[in-house]
Amino acid sequence: MTAPRTPGADLPDHPDFLWRNPDPKPSYDVVIVGGGGHGLATAYYLAKNHGITNIAVLEKGWLAGGNMARNTTIIRSNYLWDESSGIYEHSLKLWEGLEEDLGYPILFSQRGVLNLAHSLQDVRDSVRRVHANRLNGVDAEWLDPQQVKEVCPIVNISPDVRYPVLGATYQPRAGIAKHDYVAWGFARRANELGVDLIQNCEVQGLDIEGGRVTGVRTSRGTIRAGRVALAAAGHTSVLAEMAGLRLPLQSHPLQALVSELLEPVHPTVVMSNAVHVYVSQAHKGELVMGAGIDGYNGYGQRGAFHIIERQMAAALELFPIFARAHLLRSWAGIVDTTPDASPIVGLTPVENLYLNCGWGTGGFKATPGVGWCFAHTVATGTPHPYNAPFTLERFTTGALVDEHGAAAVAH
Amino acid sequence: MQLIACPHCGPREETEFHYGGQAHVAYPAGNATLSDEEWGQFVFFRDNPKGPFAERWVHSAGCRRWFNAVRDTATHQILAVYRQGEPKPVVA
Repeated sequence: MTAPRTPGADLPDHPDFLWRNPDPKPSYDVVIVGGGGHGLATAYYLAKNHGITNIAVLEKGWLAGGNMARNTTIIRSNYLWDESSGIYEHSLKLWEGLEEDLGYPILFSQRGVLNLAHSLQDVRDSVRRVHANRLNGVDAEWLDPQQVKEVCPIVNISPDVRYPVLGATYQPRAGIAKHDYVAWGFARRANELGVDLIQNCEVQGLDIEGGRVTGVRTSRGTIRAGRVALAAAGHTSVLAEMAGLRLPLQSHPLQALVSELLEPVHPTVVMSNAVHVYVSQAHKGELVMGAGIDGYNGYGQRGAFHIIERQMAAALELFPIFARAHLLRSWAGIVDTTPDASPIVGLTPVENLYLNCGWGTGGFKATPGVGWCFAHTVATGTPHPYNAPFTLERFTTGALVDEHGAAAVAH
Repeated sequence: MQLIACPHCGPREETEFHYGGQAHVAYPAGNATLSDEEWGQFVFFRDNPKGPFAERWVHSAGCRRWFNAVRDTATHQILAVYRQGEPKPVVA
């Protein structure tokens, strides 16, 4: 008879950790508040492009556990306005080389996106957007219903439904990526370059002396900072208030859901503004769906069931094949929406305090692009040309970048 | 889905209501002389607290009247409802 064995003794060793878990140092050149995709990408590009490595990324929960874990991973750059297509196309180009750059698999799959049109006005707006995209060097095509069916055979193009598909815009270079891997890839490389990623560290106050930010007060002590960069999505208003700043943001729950694992049935990404649902199929097999925000302000990371019911009804109209699929999980993230559905990335009235917020429902696709541009802004004290239009001052000057509807899906 | 107590009709399902954002935002006085910054504040800037928030709702599928509520945005719990024109109640 052999001696009893310790449970688990035969299991392989734990794989190498992707990053250290250091205690905060007393002082950093740059403190980034928010350890989601944008914060991690900003840290990475600060180190890689600007040689600044004395950086802390402070995360109140665990890395990439907020909206980075809650989005529907759609990546595209087919926005209407020049300002938007500038930053989103910059981002898409970075996505195209990101796996190699990070040396980490992110399952970036350029399977294309269809934005369906269901009314004459939809068709006109969509064709206009295709032309605008082409003028900006963004790949875009207008497809008739039969061509839509060829790209995505499971879409119902029957004329006998409430809102028949009259056509779609198609961006073949759009796609999806594995959101967790993206965050881990950025975290791993930032860590290798010397960035401290500090979890369970909630910022509770900002130290401001003579109109200049000098440090952050956290649940793990006070940390002095040369510069402070906010990348906290839905909680940005709460942080900005600590600096006496009032921002044109409203935080709303945005729900998403997945089905059980299914055989591959859905080869692309389909978005519909009019019946309002967007659907792709994850590599593992879940159908991933999202739609619009819950109407009221909320920080509760959950929303109302009737919102989900509506988006499932929309999905069923477009994809009758989903009728027997089961909903596996639903959840919500807190998105910070702006009056013009465009982000705010740049300087603030407080010296050395930088702002990246207002991405609303569309921040994931921007992750590498905004990390690149925000890092430039923080490192040089001047906005990068791609984020220069997205100032806080535009809500005084009126130079809005109105992407409501124009962005191909409502925000 | 939650029940919202319309001050005119009593508790009804959330789907009967629409949201109207922050309450008690008055049209600015002396508006002929407002600066761009002051106009910007009135048009685009609203409070966005995590916690109790006084906000407008309309019972669009019921009495179709606007009213105000104090709701905790962190828990989504409605702490008070009151009719338009009534002062904001003190909520503990």
